[in-house]
Amino acid sequence: MCSAESSSRELSYAEALYEATRQEMARDDSVFVFGLGVDDAKGMYGTTSALHDEFGAARNFDTPLSEDAMTGVAIGAALAGMRPIHVHQRMDFLLLCMNQLINIAAKTSYMFAGACKVPIVVRSIIGRSWGQGAQHSQALHSYFMHVPGIKVVAPTTPHDAKGCLIAAIRDDNPVIFMEHRMLYGNRGIVPEADYEVPFGHARQLNEGSDITIVGISHMVVECLRAARVLKDIGISAEVIDPVTLAPLDIDAIMASVRKTGHLLIVDTSWTMCGAGSEIIARIVEEIGEQGIPKMKRMGYAPAPCPTTRPLEDIYYPNGQTIAEAAHQLLRSGTEWSAPETSSSEVLEFRGPF
Amino acid sequence: MPNIRDEHLYRQLYRIRRVEEEIIRLYPSDSIKSPVHLSIGQESVAVGICSALAEFDVVFGTYRGHALYLAKGGDLKSMMAELYGKSGGNARGKAGSMHLVDTAVGMMGTSAIVATTIPQAVGYALAVQMRGEKTAVVVFFGDGATDEGVYSESLNFAALKKLPILFVCENNGYAIYSSVESRMPDANFCERAESYRIPAVRIKSGITHEIGTAAASAITKIRNSEGPQFMECLTARWRDHVGPDEDRIWKYRSDEELDDWIKRDDLAAIGESLEPADRSDIEAAVESEIAEAIAFAEASPFPGDEELLDHVFR
Repeated sequence: MCSAESSSRELSYAEALYEATRQEMARDDSVFVFGLGVDDAKGMYGTTSALHDEFGAARNFDTPLSEDAMTGVAIGAALAGMRPIHVHQRMDFLLLCMNQLINIAAKTSYMFAGACKVPIVVRSIIGRSWGQGAQHSQALHSYFMHVPGIKVVAPTTPHDAKGCLIAAIRDDNPVIFMEHRMLYGNRGIVPEADYEVPFGHARQLNEGSDITIVGISHMVVECLRAARVLKDIGISAEVIDPVTLAPLDIDAIMASVRKTGHLLIVDTSWTMCGAGSEIIARIVEEIGEQGIPKMKRMGYAPAPCPTTRPLEDIYYPNGQTIAEAAHQLLRSGTEWSAPETSSSEVLEFRGPF
Repeated sequence: MPNIRDEHLYRQLYRIRRVEEEIIRLYPSDSIKSPVHLSIGQESVAVGICSALAEFDVVFGTYRGHALYLAKGGDLKSMMAELYGKSGGNARGKAGSMHLVDTAVGMMGTSAIVATTIPQAVGYALAVQMRGEKTAVVVFFGDGATDEGVYSESLNFAALKKLPILFVCENNGYAIYSSVESRMPDANFCERAESYRIPAVRIKSGITHEIGTAAASAITKIRNSEGPQFMECLTARWRDHVGPDEDRIWKYRSDEELDDWIKRDDLAAIGESLEPADRSDIEAAVESEIAEAIAFAEASPFPGDEELLDHVFR
């Protein structure tokens, strides 16, 4: 855990990512940024704006629409000692990069017994709302969690966005860095100096005694909304943000579950073979057949994401549905309808992208 | 009168040929616990190109990589130990024949997934350019790799950024048993490169000197920051796609086609041009080195169980 400094300066999630990148580029000449649109006027929602003015066009540059080759270029530059940051406006495009990421990046250190390393950061933004639809809303972390040799990071707060990105850039392994478009406007206290948020350490965001709720990426925000609703009916929920999914801090989740005896995992993705499946499997393996806690997974509905608002609204878990699922785990048999919670970042989003 | 250069080339060609013949001899013993994709017949491409390179230049290759590895100066003992799956290997037995690496001599690791090293070489060249270094990067790939989308993406980006890279297409005419003619409307590799404004030359003869001369010219242009260069070298795989055997029984190409290449074997041609005594000296030295490498591989222990999870992460 990193302790917040006394500074009370606030940044948005996007500003925190920009600051992390800028500080690392200033500190280390081997860091550079590239990807479709990173040097355009919008600057990847502000996270790469004008880095080329400050550090030169060679260190923040646009690319052809060649995700496969550009991933190989990142790997090759890393083999030559550079620390590239390859940016994708949507995580869906990582499917075009899978050959290089899985067959090469994840295996290079092992296959060559440490003779080569691949310190690349693959930034990817998960989309949602305002009709993003089936191909601009996918979160593919479980694909990468499955593969040894690759790290997967999904910070939720501006503080962790900055610290995790700095840690990812300095890491000697390939890191999939997941951002969520709905988190971009979130504001929080961010220290001005550079700092690393170490991987493999979960955060307890809300202390509780009745149920453990693990949220992933944007769903952490919805879990906190659910915790507030649950508090009103006397249920004390402990909300945990894993921050990094590979490595996964299963010990922190385990300790919380041993205390509360109940676990609800809310993923920003589908549940089938997902991060929640892994967490539950690890807990069952550890605890054994005796005393298995009551557990449940939530996530995207098992369908591609629809664009139309009414269907999109029920496609995702929200504070209300999470609270009701938690209540059901704790007090099955009793009826309770949770009050509606408002997901302002979703409702107010007009993107358009 | 043969010059020292011929002797150097002969030593390189003979060494690669004999290493692979020894692999064939050893293969039935099951000592080599790895699929092998032999370079026999294609040695002149790797030797010719590498004759134009400095040790600090960097090469990327393919799973058919023994010739390139040896031509670039890769250590023979660790290569043999790697084929044996022993801890004395380049990757302590975790790589085998398809992933040879020796970064100390600029031999970057090879890959079993066709065309994957092409964009990596381009990325390496990008790093070289960003740092203002004089290193030339060379990427070797087969005609089959040009079928992949990433090949075109890589040519485009290298040309766009004027990167210091030489693309070498080792055109042996077949992707496993699928001919070039069955895979593309026109075998116009050079034209395709030129359409990206990459200067291209085609060497049809398989003659090592000719390949070396063309490579030297391309490398000079690269060192002068003239951007990427392209070479297509026609060649022939004498053995099967994978494994130690000949492959005439599969009838995917005519015996005449293969025999024509064997008749023009540049190893034999250069060997005949040497003084017999010089040639014997070279051959004796190579035989002795190979025997030592095999002995090293056989004596090297297997990695311990405790190494299973080493190097998954750095």
